[in-house]
Amino acid sequence: MKGRTAFQKLAAVPHIVWTVMFIVAPMLFVLYFALTDADGRFSFANITSLSQYTNVFILSIAFALIATVICLLIGYPLAYYMAQQKGRTQKLLMVLLMLPMWCNLLIRTYALMTLLDNGGLLNSLLDSLGLGKITIVGTDFGVILGMIYDFLPYMVLPIFTAMTKLDKQYIEAAHDLGCSHLQTMTRVVIPLTLSGVVSGVTMVFVPSISTFYISQKLGAGKIDLVGDTIERLFQNPSTYNVGAVISLVMMILIIISVQVMNRFTDDEKRVMP
Amino acid sequence: MVIESRNTCFFAIFLFERSPFSKEMENIIELKGVSKFFDGECILDGIDLSIRDKEFVTLLGPSGCGKTTTLRIIGGFETPDRGELFIDGQSVKNTPPNQRPVNTVFQKYALFPHLNVFENVAFGLRLAGAPKDEIVRSVTEMLALVKLKGFERRTVTSLSGGQQQRVAIARALINHPRVLLLDEPLGALDLKLRKDMQNELKKIQRQTGITFIYVTHDQEEALSMSDTVVVMANGKIQQIGSPVDIYNEPENAFVADFIGESNILDGIMVSDGKVKFSGRLFDCVDSGFAPNEPVDIVVRPEDVDVVKLDDGMLTGTVSSVTFKGDYYEIIVDVGGFKWMLETSDYEAPETRIGLKIEPEAIHVMKKSEFSGQFGDYSSFSDEMDHMSDPTEEEAE
Amino acid sequence: MKILSKFYIGIIFLLLYLPILVLIVFSFNEAGSLAHFSGFSLTWYKELFHDEEALSALRNSLFLAVFSSLIATVIGTFGALGLHRMKNRYLKQPILTATNIPMMNPDIVTGVSMMLLFVALASLLGSKSFFGFGTMLVAHTTFNIPYVLLSVMPRFKQLDPSLSEAAQDLGCTPARAFFKVELPQIVPGIISGLMMSFTLSLDDFVISHFVSSPNFQTLPLYIYNQTAHNVKFSMYALSALIVALILVILLIVNFAGSFGQRKKGEVKK
Repeated sequence: MKGRTAFQKLAAVPHIVWTVMFIVAPMLFVLYFALTDADGRFSFANITSLSQYTNVFILSIAFALIATVICLLIGYPLAYYMAQQKGRTQKLLMVLLMLPMWCNLLIRTYALMTLLDNGGLLNSLLDSLGLGKITIVGTDFGVILGMIYDFLPYMVLPIFTAMTKLDKQYIEAAHDLGCSHLQTMTRVVIPLTLSGVVSGVTMVFVPSISTFYISQKLGAGKIDLVGDTIERLFQNPSTYNVGAVISLVMMILIIISVQVMNRFTDDEKRVMP
Repeated sequence: MVIESRNTCFFAIFLFERSPFSKEMENIIELKGVSKFFDGECILDGIDLSIRDKEFVTLLGPSGCGKTTTLRIIGGFETPDRGELFIDGQSVKNTPPNQRPVNTVFQKYALFPHLNVFENVAFGLRLAGAPKDEIVRSVTEMLALVKLKGFERRTVTSLSGGQQQRVAIARALINHPRVLLLDEPLGALDLKLRKDMQNELKKIQRQTGITFIYVTHDQEEALSMSDTVVVMANGKIQQIGSPVDIYNEPENAFVADFIGESNILDGIMVSDGKVKFSGRLFDCVDSGFAPNEPVDIVVRPEDVDVVKLDDGMLTGTVSSVTFKGDYYEIIVDVGGFKWMLETSDYEAPETRIGLKIEPEAIHVMKKSEFSGQFGDYSSFSDEMDHMSDPTEEEAE
Repeated sequence: MKILSKFYIGIIFLLLYLPILVLIVFSFNEAGSLAHFSGFSLTWYKELFHDEEALSALRNSLFLAVFSSLIATVIGTFGALGLHRMKNRYLKQPILTATNIPMMNPDIVTGVSMMLLFVALASLLGSKSFFGFGTMLVAHTTFNIPYVLLSVMPRFKQLDPSLSEAAQDLGCTPARAFFKVELPQIVPGIISGLMMSFTLSLDDFVISHFVSSPNFQTLPLYIYNQTAHNVKFSMYALSALIVALILVILLIVNFAGSFGQRKKGEVKK
């Protein structure tokens, strides 16, 4: 018996060693690179150089926020309606929703780009109808559209899961106590599916703010987001240090926003008047 | 005799519990020919039911009998496939639940987990846009009524089952509904708590003067709380009546068997006041049957007296004796039919005894679809009784 | 209301699938055009299957996914066992938090951090650079472990201690009780962790992008390089194949069970 417990305690050792070596240590190296210059000397130069990236950060946050909000506005009703479907229809819809999630992001982004591109199907159709071409690829709109398209399923799935877990009795109780359909939504369904909304928002916001492939393809390289900046800075060893600082800032930014959002769900007890 | 005094007490409670003014009130709820089908299966088959204002009505029956469906139709969660439903004389068949003057206490309470006790109770008032001070006043009042003062800020998940139950009642009552619907509200509570809540519910009903429609499969609960009991089986109403009537004058073999213990025998109504069963002619008080009409006979176990062998109207052999605390339960074999008796004196198994039945103890019923299904205690055991007790929730 | 909801679902899914459908259709396009469908042909598929680079990328991807998911499953399962029995909260909580970092962090930060680790190690050891299969394996294993833990840990938590006791009461040694009673209940968690790791590894682009070298390319990296500048139609074919494969797998996983159940139900009736 004793030997067994000892073994079970030791079972976690490889995991702990791996975690320290390949998760904790790399984070410390990011910190180390952020606080040194290219020659390995301690320096605040990287941090002061952040100011020139302010616009990039603002743009990225704005894009990610817009994409997240639109995903929520489109995704919440979709999840709600999907949860109302019956048995096999619902299952099929689930599969259809998951397919894009399992399908590589590069492929989806690439597919969208080729559809919307100047020489793509959409524009050739518009052109043949005599409506003229519209430029989407290479614009802010194009990048945001890419984010919405790529990450919408990540918004819908957790909300949908929360919806299906919602006991029908709560909705009946709300109706019973006098709620109209709209009031049932705002007072019962939305508050009770808030946890799904929070994970959906996180799952859209985090990849949106850190993407570089979407902005490369649908921004046609004209739009520079944080992800692009980091990716570019890590092409060249002399700019690793600046890249490390930007990564660090982005990480902190995300940790803060996730914490704020989790506060949202913890704080669900309404205060008495 | 001990038995007799026990029964007198039992009935005294019924008489006391009956609401004195229930007779002359008008009908608050009326169901006319209500039928409901699920997947082609008939769940409710032409239900006619009138409920008077300020009454405590219980829908009683085994699981799957349609009682919960009836309640959900009144609440507005199901629409009847046939028939009409009136509340206060108005047809509400197509009125959504939120516009009906009824509120429900759900089986599993359905308290909103994202709101605390105060906000759960205040829910209906907030919807109605009541002013803040009125909300605080009403909620405090309601919580006092259900004895939950000081629980305002607690989360509902931190409450015990009994406390959640009280919150659910307060939440439903704060809207001052014309009718409160309760769907097996005590099913999840343990026995002791159940008894307490039964008394309290009755008290709340009297204090508020609101009509209660209560669904249960527990006959004791139904008898001790209600003004009127509606016994249901197979999607039909079997009998409507006061608890005393239901117990003393069961309409058919199902009701006799479901409510309390009964010996149910085949008999022949020879003429008014004369009935033949177990191979012997008995005097009885029932009349109004055709000459020599086949009937079902009910005799309650406590109404059979054990007498000396020679004095017995019937004679039998004791096949088992069970001590029940304040009485003995005896199974007696009378010519192959097993009777259940409750006596204050012990009789050893295998002794031969005489049985005496007074004319008032014999209740004669018309034959029904349930005839012959119930009433013989030949395969009886306490364990079986427990197993067949439909404690699971209704599968609807 | 019902019609409105069906309509809404229809529109969103149509928009969601339109680009993918167009891509699949144009992968059969004879001419190398995105705008005009000139005729059905399998040209691009043929080109793809003769593209040695694509095939080796596929092999690399599978090889890497198999190994990284297996290693992650072993480490993660034992880790879950050890952490489950660990009583010391002050040790357990930080480990769990650290484990979850790759799940919380954007992939790009995980990728960058691993890259910096390897760069620093290389310079410390004085070797030139060791980006390649080894670094890819380490990186993939690292981001897989949290997912294995995520699916195995709850299984340990759900284990009823009285089960093992019952087995021992009936005559099992503690070890036998573990293998006979506890392990079978944990296995589904291990399998789902393994499958999740495998697919995540196959799918990963961002982290691989930072720790790979040109001589070890996975399929996503290959797609990235191919699509970097101009449109390549063999990539349409490849994408169409991947979409079709995933669709088949998803349909089988989700509906195979229910077909079986339906058959059973019919027999019953």
